[in-house]
Amino acid sequence: MKQRQQTGAGPEQMDRGKVLDVLFVQGTRFFAWMVLLIILAVLFALGKGALPALEKFGPGFLTSSSWNPVTEDFGALVSIYGTLVTSIIAMLIGVPVSFGIALFITELCPVWLKRPVGIAIELLAAIPSIIYGMWGLFIFAPLFADHVEPWLNSRFAGVPLLGSLLTGPPMGIGMATAGIILAIMIIPFMTAVMRDMFEVVPDVLKESAYGIGATTWEVVRRVVLPYTRAGVIGGIMLGLGRAMGETMAVTFVIGNTNRIHASLLMPGNTISSSLANEFTEAVGEIYTSSLIALGLILFFITFIVLALSRLLLHHLSRQEGLRT
Amino acid sequence: MLLNVNTDGAGGRCSVAGGDVIAEDKRIASRAEDEQVKMSIRDLNFHYGRFHALHDISMDIRLNRVTAFIGPSGCGKSTLIRCFNRIYELYPGQRATGRILLDGRNILDNRENLNLLRATVGMVFQKPTPFPMSIYDNIAFGISLYERLSRAEMNERVEWALQKAAIWDEVKDILQQSGTALSGGQQQRLCIARAIAIKPEVLLMDEPASALDPLSTLKVEDLVEELKSDYTIVVVTHNMQQAARISDYTAFMYLGELIEFGDTASLFTNPLKQQTEDYITGRFG
Amino acid sequence: MSVVMDTARFQRRKYLNIMVLCLSVLMTMFGLFWLVWLLWTLFSQGLPYVNSTLFFKATPPPGGTGGLANGIVGSLVLTVTGVLIGAPTGVLAGTYLSEFSRKSKIAPVIRFVNDILLSAPSIIIGVFVYEIVVVPMGHFSGWAGALALAMIALPVIVRTTEDMLRLVPDNMREAAAALGAPRWKVTTAIIYRAARSGILTGVLLAVARISGETAPLLFTALNNQFWSSSLNQPMANLPVVIFQFAMSPYDDWQHLAWAGALLITLAVLGLNIVARIILKTPKMRK
Repeated sequence: MKQRQQTGAGPEQMDRGKVLDVLFVQGTRFFAWMVLLIILAVLFALGKGALPALEKFGPGFLTSSSWNPVTEDFGALVSIYGTLVTSIIAMLIGVPVSFGIALFITELCPVWLKRPVGIAIELLAAIPSIIYGMWGLFIFAPLFADHVEPWLNSRFAGVPLLGSLLTGPPMGIGMATAGIILAIMIIPFMTAVMRDMFEVVPDVLKESAYGIGATTWEVVRRVVLPYTRAGVIGGIMLGLGRAMGETMAVTFVIGNTNRIHASLLMPGNTISSSLANEFTEAVGEIYTSSLIALGLILFFITFIVLALSRLLLHHLSRQEGLRT
Repeated sequence: MLLNVNTDGAGGRCSVAGGDVIAEDKRIASRAEDEQVKMSIRDLNFHYGRFHALHDISMDIRLNRVTAFIGPSGCGKSTLIRCFNRIYELYPGQRATGRILLDGRNILDNRENLNLLRATVGMVFQKPTPFPMSIYDNIAFGISLYERLSRAEMNERVEWALQKAAIWDEVKDILQQSGTALSGGQQQRLCIARAIAIKPEVLLMDEPASALDPLSTLKVEDLVEELKSDYTIVVVTHNMQQAARISDYTAFMYLGELIEFGDTASLFTNPLKQQTEDYITGRFG
Repeated sequence: MSVVMDTARFQRRKYLNIMVLCLSVLMTMFGLFWLVWLLWTLFSQGLPYVNSTLFFKATPPPGGTGGLANGIVGSLVLTVTGVLIGAPTGVLAGTYLSEFSRKSKIAPVIRFVNDILLSAPSIIIGVFVYEIVVVPMGHFSGWAGALALAMIALPVIVRTTEDMLRLVPDNMREAAAALGAPRWKVTTAIIYRAARSGILTGVLLAVARISGETAPLLFTALNNQFWSSSLNQPMANLPVVIFQFAMSPYDDWQHLAWAGALLITLAVLGLNIVARIILKTPKMRK
């Protein structure tokens, strides 16, 4: 202590250090709280904006399928339906594909190929949404209309249930197209989670299964999947949350009509595409408010799905933490 | 001026396990009386959450001597040394009670300025921890925390510290290179240089050589010998031969208790406790 | 024990396995197929229209000649401003979660909410900023757009910062604290330095993420046909220009949209790859 006092940099510098310490720690705490405040503020702002519409239409807003700016009669059903249907299509395609890719990367792929394949799939997630939209509208939809939809029409015409779902005018754009493009967009997210999950399965477990003569598939089916179930479901929910909130790509190809059609080949609307298309053009308090109410609904749905996803993923990582 | 707070008057060798402090050996006691106490620990208890890790430790650390803590892993020797600069405060749920008097001042007091304490009681860790910056900056970082030196003075101090840590010749031409690029043994000596650069009074070393190869270990041991004329050194080691080679006093700990504490030669040749004897003769559990 | 039966069973298992593995390879090719197709489309549609006019002329009226210069500059301004707001905020928040929240009960909640924000629909952020900035100001503005982008960048940076700071071993913190360094000094001088490539990666990924964002800009920065250097005015930006031009019936606008799409994709993919390289470099040394 002698030297420190001699140089005159003793106590007063220490006090400054203490003050800076408190400032710094409290500063970081403030910004951390801001994350929390943002989500509360979002909830509050959306709630406030949605209030006029919710007051006017009440719970019927959720079940009404009308969307008429002229008579100012609005309901969320068409958009909710579109959001759910496109997301379900995306999941039906995306989940098995993501699983297959994750399986390939973790169990099959030669080591030198792992990284390139992994990065390539992740780059799918990096491509901006609007690019998917343009490509979907100008490239994919015409091909879909010319080659896939006629085939679907001829194949499923008259088949009960599937017939009404999978036939319709070959326009290219519509809920099926939106769902397929959403599937491509969420594949990288689900793949990444599943791959990470599969990779944390202890080798000992897999080896002991291989040791009794199990095939790769049997090891995955009986060891890897049960072990990572929560995480895989969490990854799927993450993809679902992404699919439901995706905006630009869907806006390009969904067709933007506010009617519920039985056929998946028909155009529709999703919550996010309604917002993207109509929000800046909306005139009148009720119209804007109804759109914000749609946003609020989307916020709630995605919040719940993503929260479930995080809980499942968190659950597994905590388990992992205990094991190691 | 340093105060002698050897209030118990208990010299060299005492057995603490029973709770009472008994001067055992007159020969040692007489030698120890000449030696000032730098740090006295009184009734120190330590908890990791609910786990009671240290039980009523009382002992004296002597000025300009090397005190070694030995014992099987998990015995609390590292925990004890981590109380001396209160580095445990980085983690919630760890707390120490009792008194640790550094020159008579209780450093466990809440009003104790931890940063200043740590500048006075330096520490070297088991794993070399060079900061991700140049060798020069590794040393200068600690100095500039408390002293405003001119460029020339700083250069001088950095050289002094590196000289003192016996690594100057190896690094004098590469001072601007990253400290992480050095070998493990060099990194550890760099860390020792970093610790002594701020001129602490006490130097704590938590298994400073256990991650090093034999040659580097030897260098670190020589260094400890070299440094003890200027610093009060406390070394934790699991290596009994090392303790015997480098220390003046040795404390044997077991299950969070201080079993036996005395001057190194006597403790190794003529242990008072059965547990100590079992441990140093390798007959331990 | 019938050997014949066992063989049949073994064969069935073997075929099932081969089938699944083939499917898995097919799925991977399916995934990669879209990437190749997308990139090929972008190059074939966009590359012919990438020329100097694109970079030096503002967006034209229908039928006129022009480029995307105002959109490119606007995007740069919005992205940079967004990151300048989002990065310090995110790094500090991540610092709290990693360094100072060990006793905190709120930290897990913040972490959880941040993870949700990370995947939350960006259009919601657009609506939010519209409500809190555009409505009170009375008009669209670059500031609103930058703020929306900052809020999208924030969770990315919080997350990566926390993860990267956690990778710094505790004995680094102990070593710095043992020299008597106060906590802010330990964090800023040692921990940030140890984690800097990771934090930089997070910031770059956030830049990549927001530079392609369109939805939140629709209601905030909107667009501007002309040069706009003031953040107080509606500001041209590449994504919204692309959106409007792509949806337009004019051929030359659509061409510009493709050229812009190519630019933006290359920029985003480039940022992603650079971020990966930066993150990988320090690891390779070990």
